[in-house]
Amino acid sequence: MDSIIPQLLTGLAGASSLFLVASGLTIIFGVTRIVNFSHGSLMMLGAYIGWSILTRLPRDPEWFILGLVLTVLAIALIGVVLEVVVLRRVYRAPELFQLLATFGVVLVLQDVTLWIWGAVELPLPRPRWMRGFVEIMGNRFPFYDLILIFVGPVVLGLLWLLMNRTRWGTLVRAATLDREMVAALGVNQRTLFTSVFALGAGLAGLGGALSLPNSSANLNIDLSIITDAFVVVVVGGLGSLTGAFLASLLIGILQAFGIVLVPKITLVLVFLVMAVVLVFRPNGLMGRPQAEAREATVAAPVIRAAPRELRILGLVALALAVAAPLVVGDYYLTVLTDACVAIIFATSLHFMMGPGGMASFGHAAWFGIGAYAAGLLMQWIGAPMPVGMLAAPVAAGIVAALFGWFVVRLSGVYLSMLTLAFAQIVWAISFQWVEVTGGDNGLLGLWPSEWARDPTIFYWIALVLAVGVALLLRRALFAPYGYALRAARDSATRAQSIGLDVKRLRIVALVIAGAACGLSGAIFSYSKGGIFPTYISIPHSVEALLMVLLGGLQTVAGPIIGALVYTGLADILVRSTDLWRLVLGSVIVLLVVAFPEGIAGAARRLWLRGREA
Amino acid sequence: MPLSRRLVLGASGAFAMPGLLRAQGSNPIRIGEINSYTSQPAFTLPYRNAMQLAVEQINARGGVLGRPLELITRDDAGRPQDAVRLAGELYNDQKVDVLAGAFLSNVGLALSEYALQNKRIYIGGEPLTDAMVWDRGNRYTFRLRPSTYMQASILAEEAAKLPAKRWVTVSPNYEYGQSAVKWFKQILSSKRPDVQFVAEQWPALGRVDAGATVQALEQARPEAIFNVLFGPDLTNFVRQGNTRGLFERRSVVSMLTGEPEYLDPLGDEAPEGWIVTGYPGEAIDTPAHKAYAAAYRQKFNAKPMCGSLVGYSLINSIAAGVAKAGSTEAEKMVEGFRGASFETPAGPALYRAIDHQGTLGVYVGKTALRRNEGVMVDWRYVDGKDLLPADDVVRGMRPASAT
Repeated sequence: MDSIIPQLLTGLAGASSLFLVASGLTIIFGVTRIVNFSHGSLMMLGAYIGWSILTRLPRDPEWFILGLVLTVLAIALIGVVLEVVVLRRVYRAPELFQLLATFGVVLVLQDVTLWIWGAVELPLPRPRWMRGFVEIMGNRFPFYDLILIFVGPVVLGLLWLLMNRTRWGTLVRAATLDREMVAALGVNQRTLFTSVFALGAGLAGLGGALSLPNSSANLNIDLSIITDAFVVVVVGGLGSLTGAFLASLLIGILQAFGIVLVPKITLVLVFLVMAVVLVFRPNGLMGRPQAEAREATVAAPVIRAAPRELRILGLVALALAVAAPLVVGDYYLTVLTDACVAIIFATSLHFMMGPGGMASFGHAAWFGIGAYAAGLLMQWIGAPMPVGMLAAPVAAGIVAALFGWFVVRLSGVYLSMLTLAFAQIVWAISFQWVEVTGGDNGLLGLWPSEWARDPTIFYWIALVLAVGVALLLRRALFAPYGYALRAARDSATRAQSIGLDVKRLRIVALVIAGAACGLSGAIFSYSKGGIFPTYISIPHSVEALLMVLLGGLQTVAGPIIGALVYTGLADILVRSTDLWRLVLGSVIVLLVVAFPEGIAGAARRLWLRGREA
Repeated sequence: MPLSRRLVLGASGAFAMPGLLRAQGSNPIRIGEINSYTSQPAFTLPYRNAMQLAVEQINARGGVLGRPLELITRDDAGRPQDAVRLAGELYNDQKVDVLAGAFLSNVGLALSEYALQNKRIYIGGEPLTDAMVWDRGNRYTFRLRPSTYMQASILAEEAAKLPAKRWVTVSPNYEYGQSAVKWFKQILSSKRPDVQFVAEQWPALGRVDAGATVQALEQARPEAIFNVLFGPDLTNFVRQGNTRGLFERRSVVSMLTGEPEYLDPLGDEAPEGWIVTGYPGEAIDTPAHKAYAAAYRQKFNAKPMCGSLVGYSLINSIAAGVAKAGSTEAEKMVEGFRGASFETPAGPALYRAIDHQGTLGVYVGKTALRRNEGVMVDWRYVDGKDLLPADDVVRGMRPASAT
């Protein structure tokens, strides 16, 4: 086994690269509590800007270092702009709203990068010193990877000095523990946040530039790195630098040996590690229980039944929706069918997220499980549509119950991250287990029964199901169960002390949300004629979040409005411009800044103004 | 409520009007095209350019059936579900006559399924999956480009000539990679029973851990390597492999690596002597290709990529199919496209009646470095019709309903 040492070193080099990105993410999260989806985009920009700078410099090592420094400064500057222009305006918004804003930034940066640097991937030409190697146990090991191995610990050391030996570092650590207290002591939070964001962004930029000699600047960096970075940060414990370092080591080395031992499941391996760690250490390896931000302990406003005017408006909208097939063409009918699916998708997420207080970053998992349940039944026993539509929520509900056992012991971002990990595992299975799921080719030939094949009939079925699910979820919300669930969200300890079984309440919420979402997956599959792993992809999960947050968390109408607005907006944009990501991203950012309580929330506030004075 | 009833009828009449107007006279033949323009821009943007060039040229020659061609493109964002929705938009709203496009296999399959259900014709350009014309083939779907099987079979043939006996494979872990490895192993083993495969690596698509993968392959001490990685994965793999000496004194056989889309980014690290399928570009000196490349360069001031060849040939094949059908009615077009022959810059090709596979061929050759850039040398063009299995094998794979 003369290959153990080289494989170990390879793992260490990978760990260093991971740590660079994850460290920035964890610092930013620790202080600002922002789950920064755009961190991967900053790394991508680091690679591109690094490429632009380094290709213009001489190729000697000292110039390489200069190029790195320039890149880091450039990305830090971009980070400052991002913080000042976008994020600063949404700190006061409810938790997770910042996530939405950063996702808008991701979309914008994708198009901006494509526009500036073009579609072709840009590798940095490697000078001779970068191609060198050293002989280790009869194997060649790249000299550059050897350098990388040392970069990680060096950066960790420098960050430690910065955090423990400077006043700024002390303030950052204090803010990580208790942000309000720091503010109360007269520290200027704005500059602190901005500088923290600059540091985090700079680290991402460094990671991007350092990745150049081994790969290239390409447009896929952003989303492929962000999941890895999330995993590292969560496994290490949010906000903990040492934890992030340990987690990078764990994952880097596991990855290197996993490739030799189980080459086919490396993708799942990483997420399994994360799930296992979270089950045994709910706050990650080095994380502390999250000090609850003080705003969060103020109970969210009680959801009340909608006023009469809103009900009338809803009825009018429903009447219009029922009559729509008489007016619109076939195409708009399919868009409306998609909207019905989106309504179930969003309301089911809202149920666990709003009243349940469990934000899921992987809601598409249930969508996919429902879809594949219907599809596999069709493939194995030729099950017709009604059976498939029945099986979908049942299957998704059962899996949700199993998964719920793991997840309800967690809270906050850890819970969200475990849902993300779970969705990625489901996605990896559907994508890589070609014999059963058909892989990315998907399951085909899933069409409605003969009697429902007419687009109008199918639309009405989708509409009935969407309205039915929405009403049922609303009913559950105003039933004793719904009040108990909301009590558990607002104060788990108080709820427990009056005899509520918080865990059970949450598992039930998860099962209800999962089952409803599974149904939407089945409807969607029958309307598209097939099932593909893209149904479970991260962007699809984020879409669910977007709809809920755009609409507004605090009203039942919110997710419905969000679903309609998002479906319509995306459809119009995709068909009208190649730059739809740029426009959609900007619109999302603008909406977040303008309506931090969501569209429905803002409407509600305007409506209440002057009425409840 | 007579008023609202009239309103509804009036409104639906207004919606139907454009369709009525379009149905008459010599209006353009509309080609609706869906592709992953935002998620796969490196391949699809040159492809779209070449389609526009082909449309212009055909219209300058007077169009098809006396009608000009009109091209409408849509972005599927890499999501088959979006492609299906847009197919509905193109057929029902834009009233296109022919549906075409797709880069990703799953988008191609989703569109072929849509075509089958709605009894509309769909011409796939780039998707490689064998399923599209074989086990999931259907009456309404045609596919232009040489499939995974065709690319793998020519490489297996070349590989059989090598002395190497110990093989390893490295391939992205999804349907395309798994099929390519399956066919390559099957064909090479049948030609060379003495060959053994001693290791396989399956990195996740787009996330190859190149150092560890190269190390694991090295550990198996192979004599030859079959590679299916492409794009950024390939760049990472080649760089680590070069530094770690994986490719030295070893034969490498590699899918698609000769396409400029994948070879150019390797720059001066492009490997030498790999046996690859691909596209030699402007090195092709047939009169047809020279004329095409010159026109492309003049219009876009860029070199034609492999995607350009596909896009250009796709439009020409559609023009030929519609001309042979003499109609834009779906069932007649299916009959027309069957056996329709067309010119491509690479040479003449046709859509086989037996499985709707295009016989556009494959360039196979070796990679080399010229002026610090990877190029294909010693290449030859193999006609697609020579790369397909025997007719009865094909009939056995295709569903009986696909006639």
